Amino acid sequence: MRPAEQTISELAAKLAAGELSSVQLCQDVLDAIASKDGDIKAYVHVNAEEALAAAAAADQRRADGEAGPLLGIPIGVKDLLAVTGQETRCGSKLLEGFVSPYDATTVSKLREAGAIILGRVNMDEFAMGSTTENSAAQVTRNPANPEHVPGGSSGGSAAAVSGGMAVATLGSDTGGSIRQPASFCGCVGLKPTYGLVSRYGLTAYASSLDQVGPLTKTVADAATVLQAIAGHDPRDSTSLPGEVPDYSKALDGKIEGLTLGVPAEYFAEGLDPEVERSVRAAIATCEAAGATIKDVSLPNTKYAIATYYIIATAEASANLARFDGVRYGARKEGADPISMVCNTRAAGFGAEVKRRIILGTYVLSSGYYDAYYLRAQKVRALIRKDFDTVFADCDAILGPVAPTPAYKIGENVDDPLQMYLGDIYTVPVNLAGICGLSVPCGASEAGLPIGLQIIGPALGESTILRVGSAVESAQSQV
Amino acid sequence: MPEELVATIGLETHVQLNTQTKIWCGCSTTFGQEPNTAVCPVCLGYPGSLPVLNGEAIRKTIIAGLLLNCEINLRNKHDRKSYFYPDMPKNYQITQYDQPICIGGRVDYQIEGVAGHVDLTRIHLEEDVGKNTHLAGSSGVDYNRAGTPLMEIVTEPCMHNADEAFAYVQALRRILLYSGVTNGNLEQGNIRCDINCSVAPAGATELGVKTEIKNMNTLKGLHRALSYEMKRQFKCVRDGTPIVQETRRWDDERGVTESMRSKEYAHDYRYLPDPDLMPIVITTEEVESIRAGLPELPADRRVRFVEAFGLPEYDAGLLVADKAVGDYFEATAAAAGDAKAASNWVMNEVLRVLGEGEQEIENFGVTPEQLGALVKLQSDKTVSSTAAKEIFAVLLERDGGDPKAIAEELGKVQTSDTGAIEVFVDQAIEANPGPADEFRSGKENALQFLVGQVMRFSKGQANPQMASEMLRKKLGE
Repeated sequence: MRPAEQTISELAAKLAAGELSSVQLCQDVLDAIASKDGDIKAYVHVNAEEALAAAAAADQRRADGEAGPLLGIPIGVKDLLAVTGQETRCGSKLLEGFVSPYDATTVSKLREAGAIILGRVNMDEFAMGSTTENSAAQVTRNPANPEHVPGGSSGGSAAAVSGGMAVATLGSDTGGSIRQPASFCGCVGLKPTYGLVSRYGLTAYASSLDQVGPLTKTVADAATVLQAIAGHDPRDSTSLPGEVPDYSKALDGKIEGLTLGVPAEYFAEGLDPEVERSVRAAIATCEAAGATIKDVSLPNTKYAIATYYIIATAEASANLARFDGVRYGARKEGADPISMVCNTRAAGFGAEVKRRIILGTYVLSSGYYDAYYLRAQKVRALIRKDFDTVFADCDAILGPVAPTPAYKIGENVDDPLQMYLGDIYTVPVNLAGICGLSVPCGASEAGLPIGLQIIGPALGESTILRVGSAVESAQSQV
Repeated sequence: MPEELVATIGLETHVQLNTQTKIWCGCSTTFGQEPNTAVCPVCLGYPGSLPVLNGEAIRKTIIAGLLLNCEINLRNKHDRKSYFYPDMPKNYQITQYDQPICIGGRVDYQIEGVAGHVDLTRIHLEEDVGKNTHLAGSSGVDYNRAGTPLMEIVTEPCMHNADEAFAYVQALRRILLYSGVTNGNLEQGNIRCDINCSVAPAGATELGVKTEIKNMNTLKGLHRALSYEMKRQFKCVRDGTPIVQETRRWDDERGVTESMRSKEYAHDYRYLPDPDLMPIVITTEEVESIRAGLPELPADRRVRFVEAFGLPEYDAGLLVADKAVGDYFEATAAAAGDAKAASNWVMNEVLRVLGEGEQEIENFGVTPEQLGALVKLQSDKTVSSTAAKEIFAVLLERDGGDPKAIAEELGKVQTSDTGAIEVFVDQAIEANPGPADEFRSGKENALQFLVGQVMRFSKGQANPQMASEMLRKKLGE
């Protein structure tokens, strides 16, 4: 297997042993991109020169005695993470030409650990979407089947990893945008507990839901990246205080004695039978490994989509107001400042973004705040309570990531509501602020990957990584 | 029969807090920097930036709230207020909507000795916006000011004329300067007022349609604008012209308010609690600790000056009007050991010089210790009053100095040594038998002449009062 297709664990060992240099590794990934990305189109920008220079620097750091699991490892970042000197387009025409003057905290942390920022990967515009078809840049294809979408909004992040063009990538998850593409493409994706990872430098979509997380080939790799990016950030007022545990201790795959809940509501109408089959098979392997499986209920699941789309769009309508062409971005002139702002936004935003901004503006408007936004926040508390009740008896929850495998490209473009319904199993996790992991657990007859979702309580990353590693090793024995 | 109309006025005053850095980021708040140099991704609203609260802004707002008799809301939060304008980097302002940091409050004032007061509704903490400039053929925005912490102080609609509004703002400003939470410089925009004005028949239960005049930044302008607007509204009612609810602009040159012709979008601010920020939780311990460290208010200081120093009300009032002058006076009084004499010097000499030179007392060349030493020399009668004024002039010229040394330099050190004076008195009487006789036979003028002679013999060093008394005794009165 070429270096570009190996895991962080494997590469770290080879780099440490001197069998491979960072420059060689970096070059191999660049070569993989050059030969494959013409078809997949996961990357919107590759910084070859910068990356190779950073790789050389990493090799020097190693020669000087430094060590670490991410030293010299190239990582791709979703196009909405700020990287100094790089065009941060967020999948939008409006930010064409916008170069970030600063690094996101997660990016600085990766750099500190010696990782190399290799390039920027494609996404749905401003993280709004479930297929990456809303990108103003290009359509990204699912490496498992190029007629199908890679999922979204971190579609480029997942496609790069599954397509052998990245060792790991960073994505962001507001309603499932890491877990669903990971499931669709067949890689691992983790959404951390809200507040565990800094949002500073992450272009905001929904401030109370967004989190940055890793997409990787293995559960162990996800733990490694999470270890590097997690932790309190004084620049983010919603950042949790406290020490970050050692996630490597969670990778033993020992799940005997754990109780794993299976929610009835996640196996109801709308779930594709092939998905159900793969997911239930994965659950069975957990039982075989000594975990107790328990039937549970999350009764307010049916309100999750409506709750999510009210809260997320409301927050987004304010978060995206700053994009006006005054200080940065692709400006379209006007007769006066307000006209200029209108022209800039009309030309710069895509249809889905406009749709969500209008929806969010509506739910916050005078006379409607109580009926929509306030009420949605109350329902959100109920959804969180559902999880608290289940976690009183269960260590983690198992279920599908998405109701179906990856759609065909163009399948849902004309039916946004249909698209929204696909978020049913992932949005509750963001609403409750808890953590979720997607681990490959099979494929459809047509060869489209299917993922198992492992949901943990707040700061329960160690538990879900443990269960994930158990599922992963069971899969490898299949 | 025209009914009596009454104006109802409320004021919203925006006060810039003098924290070193902005409310949500570490950029400097220093006034007058080159445009767009005190900025960063946070206060420019760059993608991915996040606000982090400057605790000093909360502390200073609590100080102001306590001094303005407000109740501190121990649990308060910030909200996003959305509207589009080029001077607002995020196109929403982080402010406080329904849970402000201070509730209620009261400001006392005096108009020509008659007491009055204004009730406050609330005080909240928000961020200032950038500054628009009109350039030739385009507009520019300077974001240095964006993100400066701003206290918004809202009054109940309880004032009824421009004098009351003027007195309120003056009293408010004085308290805020005393509190040390703002530089209070109106020219620099540290304090700006929005006026809300409506008129209705006396005794009406409902208020009339109100207009708003924004961003008044001089006290005189505020008085003129409000007087004009009240008259305008009274006239509208009498003429039957409907009053439009709108924002009006005060044109100081023409002396009128005018409708802001620019399109008024209906303002639906779509408030929502800011999801980037945690609610603010203040403990009673923190409030009490701040309360314990509060500076003395002018009214309390005035009472103390009267009681502790025995100053007349009027003098005390003059000395407390400006915190720095009050501080200067107290330090001078301490150095002089004579508060009454110190107060005379500060009021009659120091304030006079400051007024003539349009100076601030902070830049005054003579320190309170130096002035106090001079006052002491005069009180001790070491120098005469005339000599003291001469020494003061030298201190001013030299931007300070040692009064005793200057007195010696000028040869103005008086002696009150009775023995020494007696020698000079005897000399004067002996040398001037004529005038001595004239005084004995009742001519008062002759005494003045003889005192002059004593001064001559003593080279100006004899204490003239003592010389005079001694002459009287010796010449057998």
